[in-house]
Amino acid sequence: MREVYVAGIGITSFTRLEYPLIEIAAYPALMALRDSSLDKIDHLYVANMGAGRLNHQTGLASAVVDNLSLTPAGADGIENGPASGASAIKQGFLAVASGMHDVVMVIGAEKMREVNNLEATEFVATLTHPLAEYIYGVTLPSLAGMFTRLYMEKYGVTSRHLAMVAVKNHANAMLNPFAHLHEPITIEGILDSPEAATNNPFVADPLRFFDCCPVSDGAACLILTSAEVARKCGRPMVRLAGVGQATDTHAVHDRKDPTELLAVREAARQSFAMAKLKPTDVNVAELHDAFTILEIAESEEVGFFPKGQGHIALEKGLTKLGGQLPINTSGGLKAKGHPVGATGVGQAHEIVQQLRGEADKRQVKNAKIGFTCNFGGFGNNVVCLTFVREN
Amino acid sequence: MAIDLEKILRPIDSPIPEFPPKLMTLAGGEEMVIRQVGREEIPDLLPHVAPLMHVERDFYNIVASRVYAELLGFYTHRVQDEYVLVAQIDGELAAIVNGRRVSAEVGMSYHTLALRRGLRVGAHAFAAKMEYHIDILKQKEVLIVAESPIGFRRWMIEYKLEKRFDIPHELGGVPSWALTSELYDKARSSLVVGRRPVPEHLLAKAKAGITAPSDPPTPPIDLLAATRSLGDSTATALIEQRNKLGGS
Repeated sequence: MREVYVAGIGITSFTRLEYPLIEIAAYPALMALRDSSLDKIDHLYVANMGAGRLNHQTGLASAVVDNLSLTPAGADGIENGPASGASAIKQGFLAVASGMHDVVMVIGAEKMREVNNLEATEFVATLTHPLAEYIYGVTLPSLAGMFTRLYMEKYGVTSRHLAMVAVKNHANAMLNPFAHLHEPITIEGILDSPEAATNNPFVADPLRFFDCCPVSDGAACLILTSAEVARKCGRPMVRLAGVGQATDTHAVHDRKDPTELLAVREAARQSFAMAKLKPTDVNVAELHDAFTILEIAESEEVGFFPKGQGHIALEKGLTKLGGQLPINTSGGLKAKGHPVGATGVGQAHEIVQQLRGEADKRQVKNAKIGFTCNFGGFGNNVVCLTFVREN
Repeated sequence: MAIDLEKILRPIDSPIPEFPPKLMTLAGGEEMVIRQVGREEIPDLLPHVAPLMHVERDFYNIVASRVYAELLGFYTHRVQDEYVLVAQIDGELAAIVNGRRVSAEVGMSYHTLALRRGLRVGAHAFAAKMEYHIDILKQKEVLIVAESPIGFRRWMIEYKLEKRFDIPHELGGVPSWALTSELYDKARSSLVVGRRPVPEHLLAKAKAGITAPSDPPTPPIDLLAATRSLGDSTATALIEQRNKLGGS
């Protein structure tokens, strides 16, 4: 396989965007083209989860490639739930690595705020098992709530640990102009004050409001190229060195131990193996914290910390900016936002910025190796990516 | 004999008890004071409301325009039994809520204008307004409408308001919803917060002056949104042009 590089990146704010999905998808693509100095591509992959249902828009990739005046490049849509973004990057990687294409654009785009939060939650719940989960009213917050309770009982994670994740990621988002939530929060305000129960009510016990990601619109774009093209683009050379993907049972109750995120473990293992790196080599990571507990659990499953020790690392400040391994410097899904189909590309955008040294006030010093974990379903389809800064 | 027309134009306000100031901690850790303001402080509020009349998002324009008119109506004695509460964080204006006493048993909620977004600032201020009607004025119900979807979610859904569609609300004559004292009691433990008395130094700071909001809502500046309004359905042409020009 050929080596694959990220030659251009772009992103919109993750927030409520007041223009159509096609334009949301197009904007970061134009930024990425400018970033890379490229003006044409061989192929486009567009990751999206809900256009058909939320935006009455199908054939999104065809619409976007024309909107960008990039025809006759090929164009495909990728839907893999909340892991759509990283799945699309994987497809782009394969297209370049195989030698089939030299320049592939990957866009992740979502416009969820077309509907209200209740409808958005219901829409995301359609990825659960239709007969074992969905018909009983299971939603992603409810699955995450049950997962959290088990995790608390098994490993001693407390509500304070969850709040620490939220406070950290909100603080990081304050440094990210593209983040959805620019709201600094404190442990006192969301956990300890007499008003905390109203400021931060239960959503799915033990998860509270500030343990859950917002519903966001947004898009991000990566342009993947061969080494030869990347060198001509003149941007810092960031290589997509490892790609891993794994699945787990559709229904969570079919898992022997629901606190074990086996797909995360396996996807990370594959990604590190391809990159010929170890978890301890990573300088900065974006983990899929749709719920605060997931940052803690994933930080263990990908191998950054021993199982059951993620919350201890958090307590020690290892995962904050300036710590040993900063996690979710962008604010994460928790505060940067979670436009589901765009999230995986957004995570990669943050890592590329970090590895290029372009992350401004949230820059991790001397970051050379970055990692993303994009978590689809409730851990039933996970894609992990490892990026390396060269030269 | 000269006629004092002002006496005819000016409604006679009922003697109603004041809202006792209260204090709450926001999710961000800031202390927010909610207190009642009299007519003498209305001129201090108007300059902070006026810019929002031009914020064409989330119905800020219509809400701010109406609030501005209601504040003027209060200031010039053209609304009967109106009251105004303000929420302040370290003196800074965070929200304005207002309404009026229709009768001994019925209140009319006018507006909730959050000048600081997020962290339930508007929701806390609205809850204080409901507390004023139900707990302080001892009214049986408050008539409410929402002008924005955000308001609808906050009031109609969170408080599970009852329909009073046969009663036109004073805001535009639209069908009213009602918060009854029973509904308020059900919401009290989860939605109504705050402590009394407010420490003297915090109350003094709030009363010392209403300062401008540091991060007020602003008009949408997104290029694509602006371009669409000019008739470019894709907006990409302008972006491409901007890119060629090397702009940011």
